Amino acid sequence: MTEKEYLLPGNRTCPGCALSLAYRHILKALEGQIIETVPASCLTVLHGMYPVTSVTVPCVNTPFATTAASATGLVAGLKALGREGLTVLAIAGDGGTHDIGIQALSAAAERQTDFLYICYDNEGYMNTGNQRSGSTPLGAISGTTPVLGKQQNQKDIAAIMEAHDIPYVATANASYPLDLYEKVGKARTIRGTRFIHVFVPCSPGWGFPFSDTVKIGRLALETGWVILYEVEDGVFRLTSASESIAEKGNLKPLREYLVEQGRFKNISEEQIETLQRWVNARWKRCLDRAASSQRPPNG
Amino acid sequence: MGTRDCQHICDESSPAIGEAGKTGEWRDSFPVIDQGKCLPARQNKASCFLCWLYCPDAVVSKTIPIQINMEYCKGCGICAQICPANAITMIREQGSCLGVTT
Amino acid sequence: MLVNKKMVKKGSARILDGNHAAAQGAKLSRVQVIAAYPITPQSPVTERLSQFVEKGELDAQYIAVESEHSALAVCTSASMVGARTFTATSSHGLAYMHEMLHWAAGARLPVILACVNRAIGAPWNVLNDQQDSISQRDTGWIQIYARNNQEILDSIIQAYKIAESVYVPVMVCYDGYVLSHTEMPVDVPSQEAVDTFLPQYKPHTILDPANPKNYNLVTLANPRINAEGVLCHGYMELRYLLQEALQNSREVIIKVGQEFGQLFGRSYANMFWENRLDDADIVIVAMGSLATEAIVAADMLREAGHKVGVLGLRVFRPFPKANVVKALEKSRLVVVFDKNISYGLEGATCSEIKSALYGTSATAAIRNFIVGLGGRDVKAREMVDAVNKSLLSMKEGNLNREYPEWICAI
Repeated sequence: MTEKEYLLPGNRTCPGCALSLAYRHILKALEGQIIETVPASCLTVLHGMYPVTSVTVPCVNTPFATTAASATGLVAGLKALGREGLTVLAIAGDGGTHDIGIQALSAAAERQTDFLYICYDNEGYMNTGNQRSGSTPLGAISGTTPVLGKQQNQKDIAAIMEAHDIPYVATANASYPLDLYEKVGKARTIRGTRFIHVFVPCSPGWGFPFSDTVKIGRLALETGWVILYEVEDGVFRLTSASESIAEKGNLKPLREYLVEQGRFKNISEEQIETLQRWVNARWKRCLDRAASSQRPPNG
Repeated sequence: MGTRDCQHICDESSPAIGEAGKTGEWRDSFPVIDQGKCLPARQNKASCFLCWLYCPDAVVSKTIPIQINMEYCKGCGICAQICPANAITMIREQGSCLGVTT
Repeated sequence: MLVNKKMVKKGSARILDGNHAAAQGAKLSRVQVIAAYPITPQSPVTERLSQFVEKGELDAQYIAVESEHSALAVCTSASMVGARTFTATSSHGLAYMHEMLHWAAGARLPVILACVNRAIGAPWNVLNDQQDSISQRDTGWIQIYARNNQEILDSIIQAYKIAESVYVPVMVCYDGYVLSHTEMPVDVPSQEAVDTFLPQYKPHTILDPANPKNYNLVTLANPRINAEGVLCHGYMELRYLLQEALQNSREVIIKVGQEFGQLFGRSYANMFWENRLDDADIVIVAMGSLATEAIVAADMLREAGHKVGVLGLRVFRPFPKANVVKALEKSRLVVVFDKNISYGLEGATCSEIKSALYGTSATAAIRNFIVGLGGRDVKAREMVDAVNKSLLSMKEGNLNREYPEWICAI
């Protein structure tokens, strides 16, 4: 792993910010050889305030809905000018990906735009103070689900992107930086639209001590809330700790993950059961996909 | 004093450390490394360095001995939690207004 | 103004509709990135451009975007990298990109947009009026209006030269259907000649990992010192610079118009087209194709003995205040025809004319007529009647009516 840092200390992220942790390794994996575009999001704030920025890579800020369209423009501009060798990186939160930005993202993928799109998912509009997003889980308290908690579960953005038939879709988790680093490094070498969905726990938004960020991320994986996998040209593969659990262990009960977070303090038993069923079903699908990928073509 | 010395015609920002100021001032506890327990320090060769890997703010150096940039360390405590040798302890800053210590 | 006939480069005479003229203008300007979402009556522009690209006649990246908002986002970022960009739209499409219009101007990017003027809903209407582009006059774009298809083509080429020297985006507007779908003779300059006229685009932005910069980050209320100790602009100062650029662009617009004239034989060294203003004491103000109809109306009024001139407004932003004052300060009546209205007040052109004349020695009565909304045909006869009506009403003694009059069926 390259030792050069592209993220400078003394930036505005909260102590223990999982985005900051993930972003450090994303930039390392790309060796800073990028032009990135960033919508309104926590990342915008991490980047600082004019005229000083905390990153040493070229960046184009863009309005909230436009991340993938802005990236399309960067790709087109570079192509028109004959500039090669750089990765165009679009990096947005779940708000900018699942919700307001999904139209532009879907279209960019359908056009087979040659860029890497990374969604860092803290399951809410955290930059504006934790309002619910399309990625907020069932039962979670948020600024706009303050009393009853969210009544619907999250949408599966990685599955949505898989449906676009793009060459690379992967999930990652800030608590597993080496897996993230590898996936970004691999994505860098692939042509076409590449999508990576990175799970980033948010201490103030989810209600846990900031020293526990990595622990919460690990618990999310150990309970199956997050599954680490990649789909390369349609071939599914579990990775890292998800692969280990699939081979040797069982998932811990989801409850163990939920109970650590203040945002789930009002979640009902019924909702926990619903989520557990959803997690189980998705895990089973992943196990089946992993198994069928390993079978040789004619047997 | 006006801003005409500034040559920008648009919002163009340049990189610098400490964009948000001395973020070390944010913390109410700071990490202390026991070099006797730290694996790279004990073995005097590169190994582990999980604290460097997991620091969200890149203030931990990948050196022997490991050094933490206290001007910018926010005191999140992830390094202390992640260290497999329990070599890092979080110590309350003096003058912290929080009563209970662990 | 004398034009050196030897220098003038001959183009080729063709019959083109306004949309084709716009596409030709973009092609001759060697645009490099095109993102234009189809919308009536603009669709033939984007179709023709895709044809040019697919046939290999234009070396550009044609992006089939999924919305107008994305179209301008693509152009904005491509422009940041340093590519010459083009988009086109109308009505709802322009409204959909509103946020990005502000962004492109604030980011100081020389994006060129052709707006095929069309009415905006509710209710639905695909025919012509100028409400769409007038509604965007506050966004910081230079706005130029074409009277005919020749001006469409010429204005787009000039737009690149203007935009790339002042770093302000430019909107070239032309009437939907009236111009976009009407064929006229157009002299199409040679590629060679346009290459002489248009230098390469030099971006002010650097996107290079070797020299990393971060563009359009959050700003604070007050100016802030950078890492080198220089007090940098705050948001307000950056916006001041945009206004300053628009104010200064007047000179550039005229200079570019003059250079265009020297090379191509058609001068655009003006902010508006003047028709018989020298001896006029009654002036008709109109914009776009209506300015041509106004000349026919002026002919009819002259026959009846009135000294009528026409001020065909060409550059709406920056608004040519000083030039307007000079043209109108001797008038006794100014009749402004607006194919738009700022609801709750009056036609936009009329407000701006009044604002220009305020505090000067001008004593003209100003009358505003709202015409042509939603494609309602505007006949020269109706414009004549409006002027006559205004002359009669001047006997009332008040210079301005509180609200405009409408030429419609109510």
